Amino acid sequence: MSFLIDSSIMITSQILFFGFGWLFFMRQLFKDYEVRQYVVQVIFSVTFAFSCTMFELIIFEILGVLNSSSRYFHWKMNLCVILLILVFMVPFYIGYFIVSNIRLLHKQRLLFSCLLWLTFMYFFWKLGDPFPILSPKHGILSIEQLISRVGVIGVTLMALLSGFGAVNCPYTYLSYFLRNVTDTDIVALERRLLQTMDMIISKKKRMAMTRRTMFQKGEVHNKPSGFWGMIKSVTTSAPGSENLTLIQQEVDALEELSRQLFLETADLYATKERIEYSKTFKGKYFNFLGYFFSIYCVWKIFMATINIVFDRVGKTDPVTRGIEITVNYLGIQFDVKFWSQHISFILVGIIIVTSIRGLLITLTKFFYAISSSKSSNVIVLLLAQIMGMYFVSSVLLIRMSMPLEYRTIVTEVLGELQFNFYHRWFDVIFLNWKKHERLYCGPVQKKTKDL
Amino acid sequence: MASLDRVKVLVLGDSGVGKSSLVHLLCQNQVLGNPSWTVGCSVDVRVHDYKEGTPEEKTYYIEFWDVGGSVGSASSVKSTRAVFYNSVNGIILVHDLTNKKSSQNLYRWSLEALNRDLVPTGVLVTNGDYDREQFADNQIPLLVIGTKLDQIHETKRHEVLTRTAFLAEDFNAEEINLDCTNPRYLAAGSSNAVKLSRFFDKVIEKRYFLRDGNQIPGFPDRKRFAGGTLKSLHYD
Repeated sequence: MSFLIDSSIMITSQILFFGFGWLFFMRQLFKDYEVRQYVVQVIFSVTFAFSCTMFELIIFEILGVLNSSSRYFHWKMNLCVILLILVFMVPFYIGYFIVSNIRLLHKQRLLFSCLLWLTFMYFFWKLGDPFPILSPKHGILSIEQLISRVGVIGVTLMALLSGFGAVNCPYTYLSYFLRNVTDTDIVALERRLLQTMDMIISKKKRMAMTRRTMFQKGEVHNKPSGFWGMIKSVTTSAPGSENLTLIQQEVDALEELSRQLFLETADLYATKERIEYSKTFKGKYFNFLGYFFSIYCVWKIFMATINIVFDRVGKTDPVTRGIEITVNYLGIQFDVKFWSQHISFILVGIIIVTSIRGLLITLTKFFYAISSSKSSNVIVLLLAQIMGMYFVSSVLLIRMSMPLEYRTIVTEVLGELQFNFYHRWFDVIFLNWKKHERLYCGPVQKKTKDL
Repeated sequence: MASLDRVKVLVLGDSGVGKSSLVHLLCQNQVLGNPSWTVGCSVDVRVHDYKEGTPEEKTYYIEFWDVGGSVGSASSVKSTRAVFYNSVNGIILVHDLTNKKSSQNLYRWSLEALNRDLVPTGVLVTNGDYDREQFADNQIPLLVIGTKLDQIHETKRHEVLTRTAFLAEDFNAEEINLDCTNPRYLAAGSSNAVKLSRFFDKVIEKRYFLRDGNQIPGFPDRKRFAGGTLKSLHYD
């Protein structure tokens, strides 16, 4: 009986999450596009719903809500469904939509998307080889195998995102990095842009006039097509069409220049807006926060280095450590069990909420930046895949923040994964990314300073 | 050759509707083989005979400024785009017949382009929402073109065409529906070609002939207000 009640609670919450994912998709992601294929929206919302359910189950674990056997059952079921989606459905649909965009392969869409999916599975499997993640006890298609690989990808993503956030955050918030842009700079650049456009126009006018006179004289400028066309164009060519190809080359170069100028001008406008924003109250507040974040990021880098150098993975979670410190050193006595439950609930809750929110915001920004009307479906599915993997690995890593008694269910469900490995892997990727990003972003910033 | 007069026509619309293909078709009478995204603005030129077949025939250059991007772009991109909207003589609004959002976004596109041009003359725009009055007052000729007609199934065609007719009416403009990969839609003598030619003539007229306020006889006057005098712009 209690199992039925628990299940109904879980299902209601899942429907709520599904609705939230649906709304987010409609209002935020696909604001400017028309939803042609509802499959995409459904998949996205379903991935979101099941990911959130996992977090919900962790919270229930801490709070002791629901029957423990029904919790276990739901965990298993949830995990199976998510893995099914992440490993089978989403990659298949990504392949399907990519193939649909290519005109040539349109006829045999299904065939090619199956091929793509098989390639994906092959590489996915190969991923597990260099890592110490399986013990020989388990069979081929067990949950542990799949989860371990998903975990590796997800943890890499998390580390990359954190690393990127850690470096980008001071850059975005601190006004120290802003170049000084004046209105005269912008006006000068715009003038150059318009001059380039005028030059392109005058050349195109010549081309149009040449074509018209050629047409009126009866010569037709055809692009050489086919074998004989190419041979003919080598031996004979009308003077008019030679002229045209020369001018066309000049025009191509000028058009490339105009694109560059356009992008530079847009960049200058963006910098100017940031400068104005930094002068406002809100801007100053974020600037102040930026200093704190930079210090936090530096501390994180430091800790990651220490963890790797001294081969240390934190054994106890912050909550128990904090309580130990207060009890032992500060001499404050209180009910350990009661407080540890509530504090860990709050801590884990905060971690979950901020990571969900942060991820959704990053995904939205990413989506706006790179999608177009053709590729929007593929990109949304990719984002759903990233989101699912990210959440699965958050569950793996969150385990470290929970006191021992709550870790049991995660350990039980996920089997004998080497959790420490994931933490170490996170630190390694995080550090490497920071190193590379310093190298990469340094010259880019210098180049823009020279403008 | 550069001594011919010229007019500037903007080509606006969401990304992916087929503006570049359209402009290529109009200027080079050929189908664009490999369309790619337009970054910034791409320009092309067409030579047009104003009042073809009459004694007052004169040749003009028509410049098509195909501005890339979407209505939801960052404001820095919008500010950069605004530099292309100077001294515009005509606007072609392009939308995709298979995508309703692109038709709805045309209102925002036209406001973006028209506001830019009207601001120096002191006309204030209140809240950025589309207002039919504004388009009635508008002096710049508009043309609405719907693309990808071949992808609309026969059964749905009537419904789609009714919708686009309303759209064109809102803008006080003519409309043409075609497929940019098929030159026969703009073949000489077809009704589309006639509409196009009439649009270009109107643009040239507005630029070069209507300064003294006289109306050229013989042109059908669909929804113009008080045809004789130039309507003064209202200040809100």
